[in-house]
Amino acid sequence: MTLATDAAAGRPSVPRRSIRTPYPTWFFLPAAVIYGVLFLFPTLASLFFSMTRWTLFNWTFIGFGNFIQFFNEPFLVGGLINTLIYATLTSGLKVVLGLLFGVLLTSEIWARDYLRSVVFFPVLVSTVGVGITFTVLMHPTEGLINESLALIGVRGPGWLTDPRLALISVALVDVWKGVGLATVIYIAGIVSIPRDYYEAARIDGTNSMQRFWNITLPLARPATVTVVLLSLIGGLRSFDLIWSMTRGGPGFTSDVIASVIYKQYQAGFYGLSTAGNVVLFILVALIIVPLSIFLNSREVSR
Amino acid sequence: MPRSKNWSVLAGFAAGLTVMTALSGSAFADTTTLTFLVPSGEENVARAQSLAKAFEAANPDIKVDIDTRPGGAEGDNLIKTRLATGEMSDVFQYNSGSLFQAINPQQNLVDLSGEPWQADVQDIFKKVVTAPDGTQRGAPIGTGMGGGIYYNKKIYSDLGLQVPKTWAEFMANNAKIKAAGKTPVIQTFKDTWTSQLFVLGDFFNVNVAEPGFATKFTANQAKFATSPAALKGFEHQADVFKAGYLNDDFGAATYDDGLRKLATGEGAHYPMLTFAIGAIKTTYPEHIDDVGFFAMPGDDAAKNGLTVWMPDGLYISGSSEHIDAAKKFAAFVASPAGCEAQTAALGATGPYMVKGCSLPKDVPGAVADLLPYFGENGAASPALEFVSPVKGPSLEQITVEVGSGIRSPADGAALYDEDVKKQAQQLGLPGW
Repeated sequence: MTLATDAAAGRPSVPRRSIRTPYPTWFFLPAAVIYGVLFLFPTLASLFFSMTRWTLFNWTFIGFGNFIQFFNEPFLVGGLINTLIYATLTSGLKVVLGLLFGVLLTSEIWARDYLRSVVFFPVLVSTVGVGITFTVLMHPTEGLINESLALIGVRGPGWLTDPRLALISVALVDVWKGVGLATVIYIAGIVSIPRDYYEAARIDGTNSMQRFWNITLPLARPATVTVVLLSLIGGLRSFDLIWSMTRGGPGFTSDVIASVIYKQYQAGFYGLSTAGNVVLFILVALIIVPLSIFLNSREVSR
Repeated sequence: MPRSKNWSVLAGFAAGLTVMTALSGSAFADTTTLTFLVPSGEENVARAQSLAKAFEAANPDIKVDIDTRPGGAEGDNLIKTRLATGEMSDVFQYNSGSLFQAINPQQNLVDLSGEPWQADVQDIFKKVVTAPDGTQRGAPIGTGMGGGIYYNKKIYSDLGLQVPKTWAEFMANNAKIKAAGKTPVIQTFKDTWTSQLFVLGDFFNVNVAEPGFATKFTANQAKFATSPAALKGFEHQADVFKAGYLNDDFGAATYDDGLRKLATGEGAHYPMLTFAIGAIKTTYPEHIDDVGFFAMPGDDAAKNGLTVWMPDGLYISGSSEHIDAAKKFAAFVASPAGCEAQTAALGATGPYMVKGCSLPKDVPGAVADLLPYFGENGAASPALEFVSPVKGPSLEQITVEVGSGIRSPADGAALYDEDVKKQAQQLGLPGW
């Protein structure tokens, strides 16, 4: 990937030997040892154990059996679909809401700094804490949300117990918790747009809607790219919020890939769950690497 | 700074680490302090403390330190990890039956077959702590339990209902309870493990209809989906949902909610294991006599009986450095004095597995309902997990789906058959 972009940038290729560094080789040794012990060895070991039936006490080599088993897992397809729904939904909502909040909080409004910190506050709270709190709020009969709805005569749904709603409810909580970060990124992006453009457009007689569509939105594109990437990666590997709110339930209806893998691990199928992690690693790489190359190339050409 | 100095600092640090690791294993070798790992939860801790206190009084040279661990799948994982890394406490309490088989007892646990107290342990328990090589590796801790249905006696007497022996009678009772404006069946799917009783507690009835099911199931020759008797558990689970007999918040209610609803008479039936009587006794002592218990109703009133859960085992880790002291502790737990210490902490919760242990006269109503099944003429058979090592890990999610109408009983049973396959392969059983 780095090589590709280097070539694209037209940098002359440098022979390896001529790279001079001011540090002696042993200087890199501690870092290399730590990297090897904590990252390289586990990665290789996990590749190996993903091809075994492993009980922690002993293992049998079974080749690609775990991968076949994992792809035959009846909940995997559901988990995969749920992961994609979850990642797109949270990422999309964070972009839209983050942009709207960003525009609102860069305009001249009352108590702007206070409102900015209020939007950001949920980002700082522990995910599991948020999960437990919202589980209580979303209780179908005694939760605050449905009790408030009952006051105006609406019978609220079982937010986390209705199989059609559970995943969406969790995604909404994820958006509530994560939109602050998106907003901050957008505020930075919008603030960096030169004021001259707006003044020129105002002189040309545009209204505020036109200025938003033709100036703010295109020039805040770097911010959009960052928000999309961050929230998409976050959504794809999301686990803690789902686990603390529904544990993939009711039944298997809000299972995502990460929770399917975790359940295999909990059940003691260590080889199988290791294979699942290898699959998750490849999947995330397959989505993020092309996306990142695409976005990088756009930045170079601009 | 000269290079050599840096190196020696690094080498010294590494050497220091090695020495520390080596020391930590044996530093306390000459004191006899036993570490004792029990599942968290009020009843387990109270039992362990009472046992430790009584044992220390009789053996002043041995001290018992109690540690707790999470229950459920998280606890299974912790036990396996600690055994695999040789970091297990000297003695620990853990499930007997299929979960016992999954921790590789032959390799990890001390052989207790030759201990003199084994003569007093009931054979039914010995079977569930027997490793593949035929040796016993555990002592019984706690009491035998039943898996069936708790009922609220007040609702039953107010409506003039009889304890049901067949599923049809049970459903007829439910109709009357619903007509009276009460919740007929309590389900608590927030704690998913509570959803498995209709299936697991039905095993006595499966065994009556298809003797030898367990052996065939272990050998991959019988399936839940294709055995009409075994499928019934899943069908019952769906029946109570379809008839609208569940509490409104069945999807979000917890085990504690379930006990509250049962004890206070909000709901009439709660399928559960009898260990819940301890929790009801501590949390709702004023309602303890309102709660009764009956076995899972089947097809034939004449052949009704109880599915029985064996107590946990007390095991000695193979990596323990105090095996002699640990064996003394195991002998104490499996003696009448050990039973007394447990009764002192928790009261009577069920029958002990040690000959010579007795229960106090005034046992709670639900325990009095339970005891006859264990007696001489009682009808009881161990649950499937004690007669077959095969138990799938996803049963609780599947029963939640079947019990909330997300999946049909036939689908659920077929899915469970798939689920157990992994466990059987992991154990390396022949025929899978």
